[in-house]
Amino acid sequence: MIHLEGVGYRYAGAPRPSVLGLDLELRDGEVVGVVGAAEAGKTTLCLLVAGLAPRAIRGELRGTVRIDDEDVGPWPMHRLAEVVGSMSQDPSRQLSGVNGSVFEEVCFGPMNLGMPRAEIVDRAWWALDALRITDLAERDPARLSGGQMQLVALAGLLAIRPRHLVLDEPTAQLDPAGTRLVGDALQRLASDGASILIAEQKTDLLARIADRVVVLDEGRIAMEGLTDTVLADPSIETLGIPLPLMVVLRRAVADAGIDARVLDVVET
Amino acid sequence: MGHDTLTTVGDPAEPAGDRLARPLPAWLGRPGPTSWHRLNPLTKLTIAVVTSIQAVLLGGIVGPSMVLLLAVVLPAVRTGVGRQVIRTSLLLALPLAISASLVNLFFLPDAPTTLFELGPFRATEEGARFALEIVIRVVAIAGALTLFYITTRTSDLVVDLERRGMSPRLTFVVGSAVTMVPQMVDRASAIAAAQRARGLDTEGSPWRRMRGVLPLVGPTIMGALNEVEERTLALEARGFTRPGRRTLLWSPSDPAYERLVRWSLVLTIPVVVIVRAGGWGLP
Repeated sequence: MIHLEGVGYRYAGAPRPSVLGLDLELRDGEVVGVVGAAEAGKTTLCLLVAGLAPRAIRGELRGTVRIDDEDVGPWPMHRLAEVVGSMSQDPSRQLSGVNGSVFEEVCFGPMNLGMPRAEIVDRAWWALDALRITDLAERDPARLSGGQMQLVALAGLLAIRPRHLVLDEPTAQLDPAGTRLVGDALQRLASDGASILIAEQKTDLLARIADRVVVLDEGRIAMEGLTDTVLADPSIETLGIPLPLMVVLRRAVADAGIDARVLDVVET
Repeated sequence: MGHDTLTTVGDPAEPAGDRLARPLPAWLGRPGPTSWHRLNPLTKLTIAVVTSIQAVLLGGIVGPSMVLLLAVVLPAVRTGVGRQVIRTSLLLALPLAISASLVNLFFLPDAPTTLFELGPFRATEEGARFALEIVIRVVAIAGALTLFYITTRTSDLVVDLERRGMSPRLTFVVGSAVTMVPQMVDRASAIAAAQRARGLDTEGSPWRRMRGVLPLVGPTIMGALNEVEERTLALEARGFTRPGRRTLLWSPSDPAYERLVRWSLVLTIPVVVIVRAGGWGLP
């Protein structure tokens, strides 16, 4: 379980904190979506939970981040990396740049962690299978499309099989089919007990995979609750967050006086 | 994991006690298409470095020319990358070669023999000869490094250096340095395309092209610096800073004769230094 208590963060040189007073719990096997307008603090929250701030990005941290009731403040980054896997928005910068094939790139994390060779190979194939990119295994990672890079970066993360995943817009460059694949893979991981924090603009994806949703506004939690409740709340639109397609459809159907049960067929 | 548990090229058997439920891809560490490609990456790197040093140490025109011919042109042609190596190394050497030629041709001090005069400037025979020496050396160095780069996969070099005990951080720096040039070229191309879409004129006369380059420099360099920071984060998040040895999946083969070749090549350096210090040498 990951637990944030009164967490605030101000980047070095910034006049004010990017996030402040965050209290958040991420239980094992739970998928928590984070939504918010630009500069609401989504990326900062991801960096904090992943432990990259303030370890790799300098700034002032307030409050505590706990994993399994242990304050991770003193943990070295490599110890955190074994427990929390994180991925940022730009997939090309997630790749190591020195691996000649996608397969080696996916193996990179487990190799760093000194896992046995057989296990590394097994995990790499599993991750490639999960995202259905086995056919890319031989390709040069630097010569992939943005969407393919994003899947490869995610596969590299999945191969580590961390207990907690922090993903900052992991489907930003993916088409609907790729987005669905990522959603399926994340749901499988969550069902195996991984907790997942996912900052995402695609509320349709969150509506499908998230158990809870946190709405950030100007660095604070503006709303938090069950996915169906939060994403159906019309007030999130005023915070620059698009409603999921099904919510929009349900509203349109209701306004037209049609029985909303017809949408159950669409949903299934 | 010790070296003896690694799979090397030409040794496809799985090490005992490390049975894989699913196999390593057959193409991983697949031998290269030619005998030169199949050389151990460190052997190719040694050849490139020793060639570069010898091109400088050997004075005159004949010595560096022989080095260029034997260590660059012949292997490149035999390997089937002759045209690519020659074109790339000439392109790399061109700016330095032009400036060195002009400076030495016209401004070499104490050069008595005049070839021709251009306004106030006097081109000399001694300057032309010295300029030719420099151009051959520069082309030899550029050619040696290009041949190494074209015939070696970066990941092979990184794996091989790490297998030999070099720290992962250092091998990563070496690997990143090798891949930096094409990555910068790709980035510059993308920025140039974006700038052209916004009306920047990069075609036409040399002056126009020069003016078109300036708006690319800032974004290219700033983008690269920004990328370093983000890539560092990504590496941290993937456990790269963990102390201790990483697990290696495979390693390039390194037969005994190649080790002999490497040491022999390295030994040629003190030999040439002694020969040159003794006053001997080729014209």
